[in-house]
Amino acid sequence: MVHTSLDVVDEKISAMGKALVDQRELYLGLLYPTEDYKVYGYVTNSKVKFVMVVDSSNTALRDNEIRSMFRKLHSSYTDVMCNPFYNPGDRIQSRAFDSMVASLMPQVC
Amino acid sequence: MADAALFEFLHMEMVAELWSHHYDPGPGGQKMSLSVLEGMGFRVGQALGERLPQETLAFREELDVLKFLCKDLWVAVFQKQMDSLRANHQGTYVLQDNSFPLLIRMASGLQYLEEAPKFLAFTCGLLRGTLSTLGIKSLVTASVASLPTCESWGVGDSS
Repeated sequence: MVHTSLDVVDEKISAMGKALVDQRELYLGLLYPTEDYKVYGYVTNSKVKFVMVVDSSNTALRDNEIRSMFRKLHSSYTDVMCNPFYNPGDRIQSRAFDSMVASLMPQVC
Repeated sequence: MADAALFEFLHMEMVAELWSHHYDPGPGGQKMSLSVLEGMGFRVGQALGERLPQETLAFREELDVLKFLCKDLWVAVFQKQMDSLRANHQGTYVLQDNSFPLLIRMASGLQYLEEAPKFLAFTCGLLRGTLSTLGIKSLVTASVASLPTCESWGVGDSS
């Protein structure tokens, strides 16, 4: 399911490139809703894509909250990149990153 | 002002350090040191390429990325913007800085021309690293006609 949503992300990115939309935001919004889950996307300037899959039953989750979660993810990812012990392209093994992601989850579940 | 001086001094020490341990004064040893410097710049550029554009809007095309390099990256690292950017629309860009901060204290004119490449290697790597994070594989070389003006040639391939 995450793979199909990656296709939607790519669609949105290429659509942004062709249409002269004023919105050049990094946040892509709700990619597509399925029966059980909602999928949200966010792409950084370095072409790193974040995909968030949320249980549909959680209707209290607002757009602002999703945006702020993506911002936190982006900022933690940037910290990981700046870590001199991290080689870009490797799997992320940073405990700080993992604990930040874990702290986001209770809001979502 | 003090911040700029910190990086300049550190950079000077980096170059001096790499050159003082030269057991092989021939061109082979020189190339090693230059590529070490360029590699350091590359890793720094990769990290900067992630951190600096964090709050900016999405880059729509290659020219946006180059403009980002000339304005935001140069201002962040050297507290000034690049003086000129030329493009041939076939993937080659020339970035010119008429008073490159890492060269400006050395000389004004043709003195020390042979030493200049040592002080450009790190910056070439920096540009290459930032471009690589932003999705453009490139080859960056620099040339100095007369201090402190320097030109960087970037040949990019964003496929």
